[in-house]
Amino acid sequence: MTTRLHSHERDQDFSDVDRAALLHALAGILPAAALLADHEDLKPYECDGLSAYRRLPLAVALPENEAQVVAVLKACHRLGAPVVPRGAGTGLSGGALPNEHGVVLSLAKMKHILKLDAAARTAVVQPGVRNLAITEAAAPHGLYYAPDPSSQIACTIGGNIAENSGGVHCLKYGLTVHNVLRVRGVTIDGEVVEFGNHALDAPGYDLLALMIGSEGLLAVVTEVTVKLVPKPEVARVIMASFDDVTKAGAAVAEIIAAGIIPAGLEMMDKPATAAVEPFVKAGYDLNAEAILLAESDGTPEEVEEEVAAMRAVLEKSGATDIRVSTSEAERLRFWAGRKAAFPAVGRISADYYCMDGTIPRKRLAEMLTAIAQMEKKYGLRCANVFHAGDGNLHPLIMYDANVPGELERTEAFGAEILKLSVDLGGTITGEHGVGFEKIGSMCVQFNSEELAAFHRVKAAFDPLGLLNPDKAVPTLHRCAEFGRMHVHSGELKFPELERF
Amino acid sequence: MIEIFKERIRQGKPLHIRGAGSKDWYGNAFNGDVLDTRSHAGIVAYEPTELFVTAKCGTPLAEIEAALAASGQCLPFEPPRFSPDSTVGGAVAAGLSGPRRASAGSLRDYVLGVKIIDGEARELTFGGQVMKNVAGYDVSRLIAGSLGTLGLITEVTLKVLPKPVAEATLRFEMNQSEALDKLNAWGRQPLPIVASAWAEGVLTLRLAGARAAVESAKQKLGAGGTAPDSFWSDLRDQRLPFFATETLWRLSVPSVAPQLELPGEQLIEWGGALRWLKSDVLPETIRAAATSVGGSAMLYRAPAALKTRVGAFAPLSAPLLKLHRNLKAAFDPKGIFNPGRMYKEF
Repeated sequence: MTTRLHSHERDQDFSDVDRAALLHALAGILPAAALLADHEDLKPYECDGLSAYRRLPLAVALPENEAQVVAVLKACHRLGAPVVPRGAGTGLSGGALPNEHGVVLSLAKMKHILKLDAAARTAVVQPGVRNLAITEAAAPHGLYYAPDPSSQIACTIGGNIAENSGGVHCLKYGLTVHNVLRVRGVTIDGEVVEFGNHALDAPGYDLLALMIGSEGLLAVVTEVTVKLVPKPEVARVIMASFDDVTKAGAAVAEIIAAGIIPAGLEMMDKPATAAVEPFVKAGYDLNAEAILLAESDGTPEEVEEEVAAMRAVLEKSGATDIRVSTSEAERLRFWAGRKAAFPAVGRISADYYCMDGTIPRKRLAEMLTAIAQMEKKYGLRCANVFHAGDGNLHPLIMYDANVPGELERTEAFGAEILKLSVDLGGTITGEHGVGFEKIGSMCVQFNSEELAAFHRVKAAFDPLGLLNPDKAVPTLHRCAEFGRMHVHSGELKFPELERF
Repeated sequence: MIEIFKERIRQGKPLHIRGAGSKDWYGNAFNGDVLDTRSHAGIVAYEPTELFVTAKCGTPLAEIEAALAASGQCLPFEPPRFSPDSTVGGAVAAGLSGPRRASAGSLRDYVLGVKIIDGEARELTFGGQVMKNVAGYDVSRLIAGSLGTLGLITEVTLKVLPKPVAEATLRFEMNQSEALDKLNAWGRQPLPIVASAWAEGVLTLRLAGARAAVESAKQKLGAGGTAPDSFWSDLRDQRLPFFATETLWRLSVPSVAPQLELPGEQLIEWGGALRWLKSDVLPETIRAAATSVGGSAMLYRAPAALKTRVGAFAPLSAPLLKLHRNLKAAFDPKGIFNPGRMYKEF
């Protein structure tokens, strides 16, 4: 697909960046193999996991150490060139979409685990270390890194910091922000800063929390200290079928009302299980309108107690079928279907678009009913997978980019889901980030004063706006344009701005 | 109330934002007219099955905890209550967590959203009532522990959790270095240890979780003795005799840091990661000891003159101080909120 970006979508104009001077400067910093500037070499970097949006950068820098990161940032700062940090490029919001007048700063070569301290239960790693690689390195010590986004086999810890990634176990074990002690980073002017430390508290403002989830707009991560936790002795998962999504949603609330925080609590609707089952053969009940996966982990006694308690709640909530994994192999098979939901939908549809709103759990049925109506309205199918424990919903809208108009209808469908997420008391993004993709929907969730506050936070770190420009926080100008089409709750959100 | 708050802020004079005043001694000495938040109070929303509570800043912690207890839930980070009137706004502004912090997480971990009024009298909302929310910078968690220097917190939403089904307290006699070794070794195992305290040759452990898990851990650890449940609330609210002192240091260090050879008396929490110290040794020596093991030392309670001289909080590196000043200017450009309370520079 060709680039579909229009000049009016651009906030800052970097067209006067001196390409020759920039390439010359970078060549003086990086070894030849660590600097890409030819068209065919740049091509793999034109998009991230959200391939609907593509742009070629001027160059890709692949520093091998922090000193090179510092030098690259100083050069870009001096030349006024934008910098887009990139991990594994698995992000789903276009956060690593290049700027055509700037540099993609890939941290892929900084992929070493520097220290694993089993006694302290910490690991010091470079940003390009894969999420799963940390858990693999910790496994011999009976420890693991808790956040487990579906892409954990490929995604890097640096990217996880940028997005505050979650996973299927974050209801009990938390998000990235709950599992990181320290981030070392470099600001755009080349200053190395330590956020947090190896203790549980650090003096001053909690800039560590501010860094996590900042989508590469505040500083470039060069080193991370993560917490490791003891691996539970056993884990078992319950798979429950429901003939009605409302009942499944109510069952989730009942489990929590019973004082149980499951290690994982996931829901899939019928279109999602139908897409997954032929692909993964997880043994899902294809007659069910929705299935719930509820995991318990801990000591054998603890798990037995909790599984029995959850089973009782699920039966009372009207589950039509209940199965409990009897072996580790079976547990992994139950989960395999859930973890493969995105690729499975990719198999039955030419393209799909994954949304990421979070809603209060009790509004789930409303949301799913509304999505069913939107499917008719936009003439597109949608499968739903749901981190039911924390309210994070991933509708997967299926479309074909080669059919004229389908992408536009898909985008409108997605924007309507996000607006409804906000209206139901939730948020436009639970874990994938705003990136380039949801920048318009930010205008629905925040008013102009809040957006201005975000811009001031950005300026505190990067006054020239060179780090990952046009991402995460929309300009007020952009919101005025967005608001022209989307009036919020019957009133204009930006009454002070001129409409175009 | 919000309009009254805004009017006070518009006057542009330094303000001392204050709830019940139970932490007036915390941080550095500072100036400003008192802005009392207590008239802006009440639980706005509490939904047990959604696992959150939203309350106005002046709401007493006790009121919130009573409401949660009625549904079998709690604030797992156990903020200290220095007075029965301590407010939720003050707790979030101070950002202090209690005995369960090492296992359950800190106050900021449980902050889901805030409403603040900034230094230009703008009412701003960040975060929300859902657990996963990455839209915009995480300003809610930045506000937690910022000592009111970035804005007046008017409302907060906190994540809540069910109370543990079962609890037990165990007590062992051992010296400090033995306790540190044990705590770190146990920390590597999937044991339901939720809090610990070592002082005067005695290690007290709190177990919590499923009934079966607590029972089997008791067997495994071998009970040496027990203590009343009130021990933990006295520790949380710092009512133990240890805390009755004029000068108290709070050292936040890696749990595996060896015994710190500093003269004076220590009480150790958080599996070794929090070391309280009563000592008259030079402040520079204490700060250096904490820094040398990768942590930091806070002058928690002290006579005003000492705090003024050495500062309550460990000094920041130059790049961090620059970012702090920039952020302060971003939220409070006139410098009216609690000036100097965190650092003399802002």
